[in-house]
Amino acid sequence: MSESTHRGTLKIFLGYAAGVGKTYQMLDEAHKLKDEGVDIILGYFEPHGRKDTIAKAEGLEIISRRTIEYRGAMFGETDVEAILRRRPQVCVIDEFAHTNVPGSQHAKRWEDVQDLLNAGINVLTTMNVQHLESLNDQVWQFTGIRVRETIPDWVVKQADEVVMVDLPPQALLNRLMRGVVYTPEKARQAMENFFKESTLVALRELAIRQTAHEVDVRQSVQDETLNAGRGDENPDWHSSSRPRSSDRILILITEDPSSAALIRRGRRVADYLQAECLAVCVLRDGSLHEIPASQREAVEKHMKFARNLQIEPSVLRGEDVAQTLVDFARSHKVTQIFVARPQQKKWPMFFGQGLVERVVRLAQDIQVTIVAERRREQRTG
Amino acid sequence: MSTNRRPDPEQLLRQLQAEEQFYRRGRLKIFLGYAGGVGKSFRMLDEARRRRERGEDVVIGAIQLKVSPEVESLLQRMLVIPHRNVDGVPTMDVEAILRRHPQVCVVDGLAYDNPPASAHPKRWQDVEHLLSSGISVIATVNLQHIEERREQVEKITHKHVKETVPESFLRNADEIEIVDAPPDFCLQRGHDALLGNGTGLATSLPQQLSELREIALLLAADVVDYQLEAYLVRHGIEQLWGAHERILVCVSPYIDAAKMIASGRRNADRFHGELFVAHLNQPDITPEEKAVLERNLEQARVASARIETLDGEDASHAIMQFARGHGITQIFLANRMNNSWWDRIFGRPVEHLIRAAENIDVRVFPA
Repeated sequence: MSESTHRGTLKIFLGYAAGVGKTYQMLDEAHKLKDEGVDIILGYFEPHGRKDTIAKAEGLEIISRRTIEYRGAMFGETDVEAILRRRPQVCVIDEFAHTNVPGSQHAKRWEDVQDLLNAGINVLTTMNVQHLESLNDQVWQFTGIRVRETIPDWVVKQADEVVMVDLPPQALLNRLMRGVVYTPEKARQAMENFFKESTLVALRELAIRQTAHEVDVRQSVQDETLNAGRGDENPDWHSSSRPRSSDRILILITEDPSSAALIRRGRRVADYLQAECLAVCVLRDGSLHEIPASQREAVEKHMKFARNLQIEPSVLRGEDVAQTLVDFARSHKVTQIFVARPQQKKWPMFFGQGLVERVVRLAQDIQVTIVAERRREQRTG
Repeated sequence: MSTNRRPDPEQLLRQLQAEEQFYRRGRLKIFLGYAGGVGKSFRMLDEARRRRERGEDVVIGAIQLKVSPEVESLLQRMLVIPHRNVDGVPTMDVEAILRRHPQVCVVDGLAYDNPPASAHPKRWQDVEHLLSSGISVIATVNLQHIEERREQVEKITHKHVKETVPESFLRNADEIEIVDAPPDFCLQRGHDALLGNGTGLATSLPQQLSELREIALLLAADVVDYQLEAYLVRHGIEQLWGAHERILVCVSPYIDAAKMIASGRRNADRFHGELFVAHLNQPDITPEEKAVLERNLEQARVASARIETLDGEDASHAIMQFARGHGITQIFLANRMNNSWWDRIFGRPVEHLIRAAENIDVRVFPA
């Protein structure tokens, strides 16, 4: 563990569903650290009424939650101030993806954790793979659930370690049936929705592959920084700001709702290819203030979303969107342009007239990726 | 839609046989670790303890000679079937276990060679025997003992491993659980635990351990993918999404696809996915075109892609049918501007395919 003057280290226990044992394993590690003489506390702990998890927390110091009143109800959130005053070496924070109640200092718990890390406190935390922003569409596609509490990929990339907490789906379902995870009523509901065996198997595979990817990324970073050293002057050594390949991806942002999925996909591909990721929005004329409000709000929402994923979007002006996009790509040495695939009914009757087809025709020396809308099909099982 | 996943009669028969066997056979659960000292034995014995507490009849069939204190304390509360000495070598006593016939038998370490006089040369074959006798088995194995991964692992550890288990044995397990721990944890646990497993990893660097960890995770993902596939086939479910990237590069007799195939290989590697190369069966091509196609297919072989020849009048239809049937997530193709029979009949192929490719990303390469 690093000294308190340095940024704290972050360790994530990654699972694929509630009940695989993330919190339990994290607490197990907390006890081991405590036995080794490490000053460790529970900053936020969510046992969901599970007996073995509650028992596992015994003997560990707990910082009480801060109570926040919202619309007449009381909510308990992480008391970041109290943890900072207490200054432990290691702080355990359950459920990394949690959204704080309005009125909290930060909107997201992962932002609370940033404060702790910046103060030099090491953090252990838990999350499920479906909370990763770039996997949002894929997860929706095979669970039918749009996960709202997401964590930007760069936050996870900052973690020093990601450990997979594994449990075979059949064992998880047994646990669910024995009432270990939820109350019987909730368990029955869960098994009809999220906890279908095929869904769990797919999520598990996603989690294993994600962990392998996290290990892989850390290896190449290790290779690179062996000699260079990991200086504090470059805290985002793992982010897109230092690509390791010559690939450069450009995403076209529009007001169309498909932009969100396009940004997520572009970001994910860029991360895997260790490529730089850019985005543009092309306005036919005037500035953002002159276009209709609904359109402007949609574009601004997508640009904000891109910034959240550490992509800085540029706003361009041009009568011909395809030409403006391709010119920008060429002048910025882009190797791959990402555009969204229009809905079936929006294709023009003649070939070569739509935006996508015009981009393909113009981008003679640049690759163009047409990102499909991930639709859900009726499935059984 | 695709018929690729619909079981044929032979498959149905195999399915029935498999189901029948499923009920007679014991269930196999394997704990997979990437190195000694990650805590496989502890996790397995902890599960054995929990099963016993739930009333299952559990015995220990085989255990490592050297165990950590935590494992030792778990062992004390368990029933152990003693090893049998064969020519001075302690060996799992299969006969004694069969006579005792427990519900569950614990086998710590699958990769052991039995002495020459034994019924089976390998311990995993003993386990197979227990399973077919209706005894469930929970077992551990380390990555370096998986036959198909041995070479890859030896390049990292520089240690030769003699005793192995085939990967198919892992794939056919009912459950596989990864015991994942970051490398510093294994190193912290000291040399004893590592040496006890005879892995020779005590001297490994964190970098080496992290490479092994990645291989083990990818192996587990493959096994899980295989199981998902089997599950989908069993339940007649059409897979329309992938947890796994599958890249299909479309090649033709008209354009040199070397760059595209190389990019496909690199992308498949980065995503730890699979690479397919497909071309349309076309009888009327010139010798020059045939030579281009042959070169492309040679490139595909060099890139160890799965090569497919597609039949059909409509190229984009044939490609899409193949793509849907194989869970393809990205299609790579070249944007050809010149006029050919393909273009004349179907219009610009790229545009047709883009329009047809619902649910699949299409990446167009400059030709």
